[in-house]
Amino acid sequence: MSQASRIARRTFLAGSAVAAAASGLPRTVDAQTGAALPARPTELGAPLRPYGTPSPFERDVVRVAADGPPTAISSWDFTPLQHLEGIVTPSGLVFERNHGGVPQIDPARHRLLVHGLVDNPRVFTLDDLRRLPSVSVMRFLECSGNSLSEWKKPTGATVQITHGLVSCCEWTGVRVSAVLAELGLKPGAKWVLAEGADAALMDRSVPLEKMMDDALLVWSQNGEALRPEQGYPLRLLLPGFEGNMNVKWLRRLKVASEPFYTREETAKYTDLLGNGEARMFTFAMEAKSVITRPSGGMHLGRRGSYEISGLAWSGRGKIVRVEVSSDAGASWNAASLQEPVLTKCLTRFRYPWTWNGGEAVLQSRCVDETGYVQPTLADLVRVRGLNSFYHLNAIQSWHVASGGEVTNIHA
Amino acid sequence: MRDPRRRLPAAFALALLAGGVALADQTGLPGRPATAADVAAWNVDVEATGAGLPPGRGSVADGERVFAARCAGCHGSAGQGGPMDRLVGGQGTLASDKPVKTIGSFWPYATTVFDYVRRAMPFDRPGTLSNDDVYAVTAWLLFANGVIGRDAVMNARTLPAVAMPNRAGFLEHDPRPDAP
Repeated sequence: MSQASRIARRTFLAGSAVAAAASGLPRTVDAQTGAALPARPTELGAPLRPYGTPSPFERDVVRVAADGPPTAISSWDFTPLQHLEGIVTPSGLVFERNHGGVPQIDPARHRLLVHGLVDNPRVFTLDDLRRLPSVSVMRFLECSGNSLSEWKKPTGATVQITHGLVSCCEWTGVRVSAVLAELGLKPGAKWVLAEGADAALMDRSVPLEKMMDDALLVWSQNGEALRPEQGYPLRLLLPGFEGNMNVKWLRRLKVASEPFYTREETAKYTDLLGNGEARMFTFAMEAKSVITRPSGGMHLGRRGSYEISGLAWSGRGKIVRVEVSSDAGASWNAASLQEPVLTKCLTRFRYPWTWNGGEAVLQSRCVDETGYVQPTLADLVRVRGLNSFYHLNAIQSWHVASGGEVTNIHA
Repeated sequence: MRDPRRRLPAAFALALLAGGVALADQTGLPGRPATAADVAAWNVDVEATGAGLPPGRGSVADGERVFAARCAGCHGSAGQGGPMDRLVGGQGTLASDKPVKTIGSFWPYATTVFDYVRRAMPFDRPGTLSNDDVYAVTAWLLFANGVIGRDAVMNARTLPAVAMPNRAGFLEHDPRPDAP
């Protein structure tokens, strides 16, 4: 604020304080809590600022870091789903999973190299890519490790910890298929290595079929440039595929005939079964839903009306139905789906519920357009055992105690 | 000063030599053709066949020294882990209640060890090991897991030939939906 405007503001404030006292404005008191409520503002608000941030009263609405990893450089943090409405995740609250820290990249010095089994290997600047026909899509992004703490016993106290490795944004970029088609694919092309410009040179093999279907090279998230932790200035988006394949800080695509068997797709993001065999290349995030309100850590007040609200999503298409149970799955009722209902996108569901003041177990289960029904944890464990770590998409249960406390349970 | 008309063809020939690509750009796409130098600078991946492995070699003994100096601080003096991943042991545990996934018990390809160490290790200073050092530390890790002998030397020919114990332990076809 300039010296002149500071003085003007002080003079004006002094004047208005006098005016308020003189007017004898009545104060109000909240009948239930006794708290003094402001009668009317008698001071001016804050001036303009170049980039807005949330109210200081929202300081609890932040990502929470995992407490397992020994370093925050290769770690992850969780989106506070219990505090969010609708289906859009604000850019600053999108979960993070980094393997070598967040690089700071000058877009003027960033390049994308596309080579391998293509007729015309090529180097693109960001400005080059922006000349191509672009699209914007709403798509969720989920870490395949979302809910991994929940296989053996209920662990996360809140939905942020149990399910907060999923987020949803509007992404803008160009189709990978448009780029590859122009470069010309050579015979035998079946896989594409995607590699980042982070310290870990994070890389995954992606089926060419997916690249030619709906993969995007994106530079924008929720209308502005990607956040650094989301891959600024360029990332790969593979709608519905496990998060780590959506390579951030993308600098190289190499077309090949075979997968590359990188460390991340052999030693890490594979699913160990009970018999000791492991599934490799389990890409799609299957249909999943969770009630975000009420959820773990919340307290219901008086008995009566509550809205049950939550999120459903499927890496294989649209959500067509969500059902809610308040009796641990003995009976189910259809929830309403908030429009828009989009493919491979978070879908908000709502169900009006009357709490009778007694114990309840709240669950949701979703069905996607392939007809797939979200399984129970017992269903999953029967097939995969207890050590497959990734891809837990089971029905979540929240226990409501007669006192109103909501906790994470296995039911 | 030389006649620029005489310099131009020489520069053109040099560019062709350095680039190794046709200069004619007929794609109509934004961007520019990648030169051989562009690709060489970034093309660091190693395939399971061994394609992409660089020249160089490393012995188990050399690898023991590299590991002690550059890796043991995070992975333990014998690769037993702590604070970062355990790298050695665990064979025979995959079907147990407490599977121990290490290079020896789990990783299907020895080439992936070279690729990952060169790509991302040491964690705090990635990209600072020589190719010989990466071959050596790969050799030591394979030796410590009982996969190769103490006298083995790893290079672009021997590394892809190493048979990993859990090579057949992976199902590459996604059978989902598998439940309910």
